[in-house]
Amino acid sequence: MSDGIVFLLNGETERVAGEPPTRTLLDWLRERKRLTGTKEGCNEGDCGACTVMVTGRDGVARALNACILFLPQLHGKAVRTVEGITGPSGEMHPVQQAMVEHHGSQCGFCTPGIVASLAVAQMNGERDFDRVLAGNLCRCTGYAPILRAAEAAAGAPVPEWMREDRAKLEALEAPPLAIAPRSVDELAVAYGNNPEAQLIGGATDVGLWVTKRLQDLENVVFLADVAELKEIRVRSDFIRVGAMVRVNALRELMAEHHPQLAAMLARYGSEQVRNAGTIGGNIANGSPIGDGPPALIALGAELILRMKNKRRRVALEDFFIDYGRQDLRAGEFVEWILIPRQPDRLRCYKISKRFDQDISALLGCFNIVVEDGRVASARIAFGGMAAIPKRARAVEAALVGRDWSEETIRSAKAAFAEDFSPISDMRASADYRLAAAQNLLMRYYLEDRGAAVNVLEVTP
Amino acid sequence: MSGVVHKPLPHDSAPLHVTGRAQYVDDIPTPAGTLHLAFGLSDVAHGKIRRMDLSAVRAAPGVVAVLMADDLPGDCDVAPAAHDEPLLADGEVHYLGQPVFLVVAESHLEARKAARLGRIEYEELPAILTIDDALAADSRFEGGPVIWERGGCERALAAAPRRLKGRIEIGGQEHFYLEGQAALAEPMDDGGMRVHSSTQHPTEIQHKVAHALGMAMAMVRVEVRRMGGGFGGKESQGNALAVACAVAARLTGRACKMRYDRDDDMIITGKRHDFRIEYEVGFDDGGRLLAVDFVQYARCGWSQDLSLPVADRAMLHADNAYYLPAARIESHRLRTNTQSATAFRGFGGPQGILGIERVMDHVAHELGLDPFEVRQKNFYASGGSISAKMKAPQRTPYGQPVEDSVIRELVGELAERARYRERREAVAAWNAGHEVLKRGIALTPVKFGISFTLTHLNQAGALVHVYQDGSIHLNHGGTEMGQGLFQKVAQVAADRFGVALERVRITATDTGKVPNTSATAASSGSDLNGMAVKAACDEIRGRMGEFLKGYYQAGTVVFADDCVHVGGEVLAFEEAVRICYENRISLSATGFYRTPDISWDRARGEGRPFYYFAYGAAVSEVVLDRLTGENRILRVDILHDAGASLNPALDIGQVEGGFVQGAGWLTTEELVWDSRGRLMTHAPSTYKIPACGDRPRIFNVDLFENENRSETIYRSKAVGEPPLMLGISAFLALSDAIRACGEGYPALDAPATPERLMRAAARVAGGAG
Repeated sequence: MSDGIVFLLNGETERVAGEPPTRTLLDWLRERKRLTGTKEGCNEGDCGACTVMVTGRDGVARALNACILFLPQLHGKAVRTVEGITGPSGEMHPVQQAMVEHHGSQCGFCTPGIVASLAVAQMNGERDFDRVLAGNLCRCTGYAPILRAAEAAAGAPVPEWMREDRAKLEALEAPPLAIAPRSVDELAVAYGNNPEAQLIGGATDVGLWVTKRLQDLENVVFLADVAELKEIRVRSDFIRVGAMVRVNALRELMAEHHPQLAAMLARYGSEQVRNAGTIGGNIANGSPIGDGPPALIALGAELILRMKNKRRRVALEDFFIDYGRQDLRAGEFVEWILIPRQPDRLRCYKISKRFDQDISALLGCFNIVVEDGRVASARIAFGGMAAIPKRARAVEAALVGRDWSEETIRSAKAAFAEDFSPISDMRASADYRLAAAQNLLMRYYLEDRGAAVNVLEVTP
Repeated sequence: MSGVVHKPLPHDSAPLHVTGRAQYVDDIPTPAGTLHLAFGLSDVAHGKIRRMDLSAVRAAPGVVAVLMADDLPGDCDVAPAAHDEPLLADGEVHYLGQPVFLVVAESHLEARKAARLGRIEYEELPAILTIDDALAADSRFEGGPVIWERGGCERALAAAPRRLKGRIEIGGQEHFYLEGQAALAEPMDDGGMRVHSSTQHPTEIQHKVAHALGMAMAMVRVEVRRMGGGFGGKESQGNALAVACAVAARLTGRACKMRYDRDDDMIITGKRHDFRIEYEVGFDDGGRLLAVDFVQYARCGWSQDLSLPVADRAMLHADNAYYLPAARIESHRLRTNTQSATAFRGFGGPQGILGIERVMDHVAHELGLDPFEVRQKNFYASGGSISAKMKAPQRTPYGQPVEDSVIRELVGELAERARYRERREAVAAWNAGHEVLKRGIALTPVKFGISFTLTHLNQAGALVHVYQDGSIHLNHGGTEMGQGLFQKVAQVAADRFGVALERVRITATDTGKVPNTSATAASSGSDLNGMAVKAACDEIRGRMGEFLKGYYQAGTVVFADDCVHVGGEVLAFEEAVRICYENRISLSATGFYRTPDISWDRARGEGRPFYYFAYGAAVSEVVLDRLTGENRILRVDILHDAGASLNPALDIGQVEGGFVQGAGWLTTEELVWDSRGRLMTHAPSTYKIPACGDRPRIFNVDLFENENRSETIYRSKAVGEPPLMLGISAFLALSDAIRACGEGYPALDAPATPERLMRAAARVAGGAG
């Protein structure tokens, strides 16, 4: 049970009792609080109709999908729904006003979620609206009027009532929950003694086990309050990233070190998913189509795994054994990810049917070092090409030591079939995956030579 | 108020939308004890039910009742036309996802959980899944194909200096209304039923519920305030939920609510028909078409639903905006063991139009011409000015004279505004200098026929009350699904009374107020209901005017400026109303409208099915990465004919949204079924409608200055469906980009996913693919 959960809802303190630990915020809002402004569109975090604003103890407001957000994840935080984005006397937020004036709503069903996403952006001074809204699907407007509204509201002052959460949060007493350890040592003990428990980070994956597979998860440990796991340490020789670092935080970090990885991460899920999903979760769940692992393998990342007080170090590429099987023992969890510092040669090419917020058909990550016209080293890894995120060792071997030339690239093509025999599914056929993977190596080469290869860089 | 019509006013519900106060079916407070429903679904595509073990379902927490076909009270058919869709499978299942049993439980979640516990044994039968399967098995509706011919097609083809053949596969499309299907039924004390339904067709819900419960239609009242999107997907697909709720409510005596989880919604409900179109075209060296022979194959799914009129409309749009001296159109309506394909914005028109646009593109490639040039050579002749009578208007392949064409003028103006020719050259220059990234550009037109092809549906009713304080209660048979119909019609009402829009109270569609309505479909909403409301308002206005003239011994009565001007007297509107009321003048009226001048012989494919045509055109420019097939829409320019628009802001909204939805249909939105007939793309994680970043970087949308030649409401034109087909320009711009990769013709199928695009690029370059 989730007794003891305390959070702010539209400025008022809420104490939750008698709810299962995997009650979603969306169901609770709609069924218990009768706050029906927040909508269910898909119940899997893909449409954004349920978007709410959540301010954490760090004082930062984020957009999150309420449909895959469990109540314990809100402990000690502040939630604002569309009803609370509207002012206390019913006055409209500038975003709401602009949405009316610019005809940003038609059927209106996605609108509360759009308002929430834009209100967060407006608060944070964020103006990259394509990125902010990638997780808010609208089927009526074609988005153009929503963008006009977003632009119009961006410069308006943030309303008084929207600023209150930060101050109120400081005064909010939220004693630790039994199911949410506050230190990594506590977690290590709790999980070591209860290895059957399901660890829950951002719940962007586990959420669907509940809303779609209809599982009843009772033995759960929430990681949201383990502060150390959210740390990032940049050292001279490596970067240490905590398992609970959100994808969005990793994206911001990588903008400096590996901008192409940051650009790829901007297409990872949606803003709401990047604000919830963690890099540790992306690794630990072992998905063959997670976008984090191939990039990190190409960078030569390693994991620190921890069980109680024992730690061990595993190369990320060795962590993935087979489909759904990782090198993770009972009671062991991913604590840190270590990324070696290196000159930036990384390119990450994500191929999907839709540009934003789509699961990759394939993701190719290339880290090829060329010295004196020859390939000095190559680390290449793919997602979507095998049952696990996998390194392309045969392709690497076909490159290393050779001239950095189109001929070498062409001759390396055949090696792809040694590394990969991909499957056909609803995202792409096996043939396409293999051919596109080969072409991505060519793209890397051409891009390195200064050719135009990125459709995003072409202006009208 | 004078001028309230034609004003760009916001959607009437916009303040409710943005604050979350707008209520949809699932938001309506329910009576205490409301039960929740979920269907148990078939997991084979075709089979006989051997045994059903629902003991675990019945034993599940919260379950109140479980119903199978035999438990239903009577004939619970939920089909819109053919009486071929039992609410629950009756002995045999016809697609994977078909409702087989119904769970009634205390909560939505409990109902969903229990619905998964059914154990059903099937004797599996061969499943017909694809167009080829259906052709091989001769599995079809209507016995054989429907064929219309005009102008001696075979002879004209034989005589043509040049000929070519081709084929295009066109995928279907999921509606993806953001609000899933939902219904709520409350039993009344007299045995009647009140139903809230997210439906475009309240009268059909009323009819189906009454029939299922063996009651008169008068015992059932259906209300619809708004839908969270419809797009045709709520024309017939809501029947099952409403009937299920009504049956369960009758059985339990409690209110019952049902809403589909998104995955269930996509697995159960019908989608846009996927099509294969084969063509043979005869043309001259200049690109003028002499004859076209189309064979259209529509995959209709397991039941008839609205497939016959959908397939008809595909035939009726095989010409699009082009005069075809000779044409033959053969249409196959194929029955398959898949979801029953249904209405979707455009209703077959988009597929028919894509067929002829493909022909234009192919002919241009064959002749080495700019496709725009070929299109211009074949456009219908202009209707000229409204007063001018054409000597002998060109006729469509079904014999309707095209008297109102503005396509030449509209396209000319668009090409100029979008600097088409200049940009066509710039695209060529770019492509000459770039190996990997190729650009493409295309201009495509739309001509769309307005009216239900089933002529009797072209009628509408309205009910208007003026209360003694001068406020106006407005009701009509149309439903609001986001298109802004209610606001447009309110503008009409305000204008008729010459009052401020604030006086007009918009109310939910209600079968108890306006009976026997047609679906809000075929883009007809404002045409039909606007006219019906006008008639009702004019009736009341006429009574008031007549009386006030006598009362004040005045010669004229004018309703304007929120006042009534009676001779020299100026009365505030409410004052005039009060006087009428006190003098026992009736201030309530119904209005009725039927579209004039239409007639249609479906069997012969002859007549005048459409009251008029709406026109539009778009120029799309794209960039394509030939190495992967990734692409972006760079710029789109649109000029669209909404006649004298009732509300330009709402109409532009329809055009922008329609374009993006149409482009999505032909690019990212791919429906995939596996070899067992299971839909693999049944959630937004796997089915990709356009996201924000997919909208064109530059998006210029304008309305073409025009007045409807036909006497529609304030000379406006319908605007719901036609803009969807503007998205075809994005598809053909991609085809154009592929043309730059080699010599061959791209022959692109839809949707043009990165995979299809990369293959096509490799193919035209002479490689495999």
